[in-house]
Amino acid sequence: MIGIVNYGAGNIFSLTSALERLAIPFGMVNTETDLDKYTHIIIPGVGHAGAAMNKLEQTGLVEPIKALKKPVLGICVGMQLLTEHSEEGNADMMNIVPVKTKLFDKNQGIKIPHMGWNNIDHKNNSLFEGVENLTQFYFVHSYFIEYNPTFDIATANYGKPFSAAVQKDNFYGVQFHPEKSGIAGERLLKNFSNLKQ
Amino acid sequence: MLSKRIIPCLDVKDGRTVKGVNFVDLKDAGDPVELAWQYAQQGADELVFLDITATHERRGTTIEMVKSVARQLNIPFTIGGGITTIADAEALLNSGADKISINSAAVRNPSLIEDLAKAFGVQFVVVAVDTKLVDGKNMVHLNGGRLITELETEDWILKAESLGAGEILLTSMDHDGTKNGFDCLLLDKIARSINIPVIASGGAGKVEHFTEVFLETGVDAALAASVFHFGEIPIPYLKSELKKHNIPVRL
Repeated sequence: MIGIVNYGAGNIFSLTSALERLAIPFGMVNTETDLDKYTHIIIPGVGHAGAAMNKLEQTGLVEPIKALKKPVLGICVGMQLLTEHSEEGNADMMNIVPVKTKLFDKNQGIKIPHMGWNNIDHKNNSLFEGVENLTQFYFVHSYFIEYNPTFDIATANYGKPFSAAVQKDNFYGVQFHPEKSGIAGERLLKNFSNLKQ
Repeated sequence: MLSKRIIPCLDVKDGRTVKGVNFVDLKDAGDPVELAWQYAQQGADELVFLDITATHERRGTTIEMVKSVARQLNIPFTIGGGITTIADAEALLNSGADKISINSAAVRNPSLIEDLAKAFGVQFVVVAVDTKLVDGKNMVHLNGGRLITELETEDWILKAESLGAGEILLTSMDHDGTKNGFDCLLLDKIARSINIPVIASGGAGKVEHFTEVFLETGVDAALAASVFHFGEIPIPYLKSELKKHNIPVRL
């Protein structure tokens, strides 16, 4: 059963709807003890990374999350919370995956936010099982996670390559929104729910 | 590579879709959930719902509709119409809308753009602009083109961007309903002058119009209503034609 970290950053209606469509059971994580109730944890997030980190800190869940050994998936800003630092609000993040979250450079002739469907080049991680390479996922973000071959499990290109998905041990993060990425996104959520402990 | 987006637009009133929609296998053409699902199946990249519900009291019905759509739909959608406050927008966000679109409320109160962007992020705020050529100048219009403002379209869009708009939905009232093609000249000028995505709207009549707008302008998406609703242009066919012209699309 999936536990969704409920720290007040953005709406989770679309995420819970997707899980319902997929018949994946879920509940909410409000306190440290709630973390024990679930086999898999999702950290959602929309909006400002610095503000989201503040909210997460206020719940007292940062250290308990860092200590988790079960599969954890950060989505969008929830992924950025796993990194070391974000340029959005010049804020320190949880530092679970030692990479940085940076602002897209408009001098590269790209529009910001990066909004819409973009291909990902994935590395056959179990998270992408059954997802054809170069499938498009739905992105909407102005900040991105720098490409680092050690942690990158899927790369997208916008001005330059960035990490569309990362993994370090049991921690996974995706920059796109699987709950809005059609059938491929639903497959990814299903794959996550099937990851072994 | 980032795909160019194809966006069907649906008018809703009291939680039901209006205007004739003519899909062969549609059981209830007024059901926004069924219609949205059909469009997602066809390969629409995103949907826009325009709420034309007249009274404030009926807004609750719209919220319920947004929730029903979000429960079923696995692609993003925007809702516009009647949003004048942060509370209106928040209720829609919490019901599963990915973006909200504001038009006359932003013209009357530009700080609404700023407030919405601060509260929910720029990615949530689409500013819709209706433009019409008057004495050789593109002027912002309200009330579906009936009411002229003192704002020049290009100036207003630049201001909306600086206030925190995350995307511009630009409808040419001179082209809307004509089926003679998009206003490529204006769209290209706007798309080049700002650094946020632009959705082209108004004038789509045939496949070539979509090809044209993507090849000749820097817009990121194209929106249309009737050509999709009446099945005149099936989305899978449209996308395969765009791909033939090397326009990046999601197939």
